[in-house]
Amino acid sequence: MNLDSLYQEIILDHYKKPLGSGLQDNFSGEAFHVNTSCGDEVTVRVLLDGNQILNMTHEGVGCSISRASASVLHALTKEETTETFHVLLDNFVDLMHSQGKVVPDEEVLGDAAAFAGVSKYPARVKCALLPWMAMKDAIEGAGNE
Amino acid sequence: MTLDLGQELKDDFPILSHKVRGVSDLVYLDSAATSQKPKVVIAAESNFYTSTNATVHRSGHELGELASAAYEAARENIARFVGIEPGNLIFTKNATEGINLVAYAVLNATLLAKSGDKRYNKLAIGAEDSIVITEMEHHANIVPWQHLAQVTGARLEYLKVDESGRLDIDESKFSKSTKIVAITHQSNVLGSVTDVAKIVRFANKVGAMVVLDACQSVPHFNVDFKLLGVSAAAWSGHKMLGPTGVGCLYLNDELLGELPPFLLGGNMIENVTYESSTFRSDNAKFEAGTMNIAQVVGLSAAVDYLKNVGMNVIHEHVRELTGAALKGMLSMPGIRILGPTDLTDREGLVSFEVDGVHPHDVSQFLDSKGVAVRAGHHCAWPLHRKLGAVASSRASFYLYNTKEDVDVFLAALDQIRDYFKVA
Ligand SMILES: Cc1ncc(COP(=O)(O)O)c(C=O)c1O
Repeated sequence: MNLDSLYQEIILDHYKKPLGSGLQDNFSGEAFHVNTSCGDEVTVRVLLDGNQILNMTHEGVGCSISRASASVLHALTKEETTETFHVLLDNFVDLMHSQGKVVPDEEVLGDAAAFAGVSKYPARVKCALLPWMAMKDAIEGAGNE
Repeated sequence: MTLDLGQELKDDFPILSHKVRGVSDLVYLDSAATSQKPKVVIAAESNFYTSTNATVHRSGHELGELASAAYEAARENIARFVGIEPGNLIFTKNATEGINLVAYAVLNATLLAKSGDKRYNKLAIGAEDSIVITEMEHHANIVPWQHLAQVTGARLEYLKVDESGRLDIDESKFSKSTKIVAITHQSNVLGSVTDVAKIVRFANKVGAMVVLDACQSVPHFNVDFKLLGVSAAAWSGHKMLGPTGVGCLYLNDELLGELPPFLLGGNMIENVTYESSTFRSDNAKFEAGTMNIAQVVGLSAAVDYLKNVGMNVIHEHVRELTGAALKGMLSMPGIRILGPTDLTDREGLVSFEVDGVHPHDVSQFLDSKGVAVRAGHHCAWPLHRKLGAVASSRASFYLYNTKEDVDVFLAALDQIRDYFKVA
């Protein structure tokens, strides 16, 4: 297994220059998630207009995989609907649990397809999923208010 | 050329010929989490099942006798190894269970005293009492005491870790209200070794019991609990070449007699009626149910192996490797070492941060070179917060590691910042 299949250029770029980093003051829902095995944490805020995601921002400390994943998620969900987010989430979760056996649909997943290599490293799947799960909760939280 | 200890012993540990991800030679630097097992330990456990297996202390048949004899011979061997009588040794599943046993037994004593049983007044703790632990404890030696403090109202106090990463044994934390002092013998993050004699001196002055977490000490150097004068000590077999599933707890005569049992059931009783039960007064009081017999026998084989190599030889070898690692890392840019940077009162492992690279990514990169290190908070989350680190990476050394292992580790470490383009 080649390390570069895990640390794709796209991932390292997002890690270095994360998009949507820094929490917006105006938001509809927020969630804080911790990876209890390593202490990595992320806070995600979403600003919604009905089912429309206007913006997702995030802040946290974590490894390149979890930080890049938050950055990619920001770009992917900007001005999409919450329904689209859930389609993406299902796709991404399936990819993460594929143990490297699924070819990602780049049409759907965009930059998130670069995380395909992560699925070969079970210990890192949680890192990639951390911001996704936080965003899911942030959206749910917004619905409850 | 003379072989170093690790080279000499390598063939005894079949797993060390594992190829990491199918290609790289394994450099196992995670022995502080769990050690690898020599063939003799694997064989001892296996032989027990093929020739001696039965439950102990219950059966009149021959296998029952053989199993009981093997179990008690193992107890004797392991007890002598740490300077105690076999009667003061209790088997558990790991150090965590040993520490919980003491904490829950004190809680039971408190409840029994409240219900009017005067025998337990001395051990009972309450709102006017304190429990002293340290800032460098593993979760296993924090959480049970936090819980005990919470439910009894006792105060939980911390001895501080100083700038250099060593324990500041501040006598003012010890007072007449101090009932329990629970400390680690060696930090699993900083590597620093506690001056246990000093702790015991201060604790004795105020009449507090000392509970020692000996997880990282017993595998690495000669430890004599009677000489140290601690009241209790817990450690795990799997970190000292033994099987998983077996841990040890030392209780001095006083605690052995006075502590009420933790787990209740078979084997630990003296008499049971439908109305009530009485308990054994010896160490059997704390060994409820069918025990981890084969693992105990395996641990005894591990003790024999360690004694054969010699604890002083192991200690010196590991110190040499730790020193070489520290030296190499200190001369590398972008590496921050957690804990003392010299070998005074520190042993066996080096935790570190790589500037700009998360510990998960550090360990992943090292793994791609065959080097296994631990990444995370090493079950010492509060300490990491205090040190201003979310997590860290940790390289730990043991008798089967070689100087070459350290070189491979250092060479790989040196490439990380380039790979992640932060150099
Ligand atoms: C200092 C220390 N205490 C306690 C433990 C807990 O040991 P175990 O998980 O075997 O109960 C460990 C090992 O992780 C340790 O290093």
